[in-house]
Amino acid sequence: MTSSPLRRTALDAVHRALGATMTDFAGWDMPLRYGSERDEHLAVRTRAGLFDLSHMGEITVTGPQAAALLDHALVGDIGAVKTGRARYTMICREDGGILDDLIVYRLHETDYMIVANASNAQVVLDALVERSAGFDAEVRDDRDAYALLAVQGPESPAIVKSLTDADLDGLKYYAGLPGTVAGVPALIARTGYTGEDGFELFVAPADAEQLWQALTEAGSAAGLVPCGLSCRDTLRLEAGMPLYGHELSTELTPFDAGLGRVVKFGKEADFVGRAALAEAAARAEQNPPRVLVGLVAEGRRVPRAGYAVVADGQVIGEVTSGAPSPTLGRPIAMAYVDAAHAAPGTPGVGVDIRGSHEPYEVVALPFYRRQK
Amino acid sequence: MSNPQQLRYSKEHEWLSVAEDGVATVGITEFAANALGDVVYAQLPEVGSTVTAGETCGELESTKSVSDLYAPVTGEVTEVNEDVVGDPSLVNSAPFEGGWLFKVRVAEEPKDLLSADEYAAFSAG
Repeated sequence: MTSSPLRRTALDAVHRALGATMTDFAGWDMPLRYGSERDEHLAVRTRAGLFDLSHMGEITVTGPQAAALLDHALVGDIGAVKTGRARYTMICREDGGILDDLIVYRLHETDYMIVANASNAQVVLDALVERSAGFDAEVRDDRDAYALLAVQGPESPAIVKSLTDADLDGLKYYAGLPGTVAGVPALIARTGYTGEDGFELFVAPADAEQLWQALTEAGSAAGLVPCGLSCRDTLRLEAGMPLYGHELSTELTPFDAGLGRVVKFGKEADFVGRAALAEAAARAEQNPPRVLVGLVAEGRRVPRAGYAVVADGQVIGEVTSGAPSPTLGRPIAMAYVDAAHAAPGTPGVGVDIRGSHEPYEVVALPFYRRQK
Repeated sequence: MSNPQQLRYSKEHEWLSVAEDGVATVGITEFAANALGDVVYAQLPEVGSTVTAGETCGELESTKSVSDLYAPVTGEVTEVNEDVVGDPSLVNSAPFEGGWLFKVRVAEEPKDLLSADEYAAFSAG
């Protein structure tokens, strides 16, 4: 690793003034938590939380063949996404390995914005540029063009609504529309990574602080609090959402990760990885390797990524993410386990926590589903 | 954050308060509690066991990590804080008071324990 200085978001001074504990996340100096991460987590579940997600990597794809390029470069049916809607998808290698998971917003007929993980943004950008050869479309690095603020939690619609004339009631989950929030031009998206209703607001970095302060004020009566990446991780884990580098990697195909549904073999375009992914789909059907499951602790010791999952003294899998769950009140984990042990309720499954085999219950994902 | 003057400190971020009967109360500092984040599980040494200065004697788990707990002195454990076992968040809310971890009858004390001011300078880096 090179020791280049950490990048700071447009809200860096705000985080410091709030006394945030900062952390290096994919080369960015990001707020880990402002106070208690458990309190931040519960605020998002019951009220609302405000996040700075400006480390996420935005890439614009524009031009007459933007849709055709993305149908070729990504595994999803991107041409079928309606203007104003968004889609969760993946970009894979020729061998089917996952390069990243993405959200693609279709802003206009020939204009898409792709949001990549901070750690993979350069890889995704390079792959898209390479795959754009021969297409009448431009791939543009817009990482520095946006700050990203997220308001998540059951109170978030009322909070955002108080600051905009945009039609939020008409804005469905996984949709986005341009508008103005607190006087700031924004792409308003109804997306998130917490398992709650919420919004992600893409704005110019110069406007980020004004928007942050307006949201803080508008949300204070409803109990909105600033939230760091620590609670974002436990929120997404409870919601059973994968995190690249944990549940997803180049060693796995979407089918290995239980996310084969994102691969659209029915689309007309040939796409990078199609042949390998067709094989992976057949393999997953006939002879599944390991399966991604949820584990809930019977005790209080916390499983961590990389810990072995055991049964009868044998290693049958590996934890990919683990944390104490504020909602369940017990430690939880996602893990890849051998198919024979993957059924919910499979007895005798444990996690090797630094040498001691702690009992765990196998459950179906997600751990938490919000009441609609 | 302020470190109580009457306590002494280890470089492993424990504090210690020795009573007149030679029994020391041990906890972790506010600095350490803040660095850990919300403590969710405390594995403390067993009453009657002997702990050795500088060696691990338990662990504290937080949302993000697990950290070894080091004994700041050598001696026999006389009591553990059952309140913390039941509610580990006490370590965060009152690290120098209700969040104490265990008591130990001091047999031997290392020479390199720090004063409050020395610890403040040490933890400031």
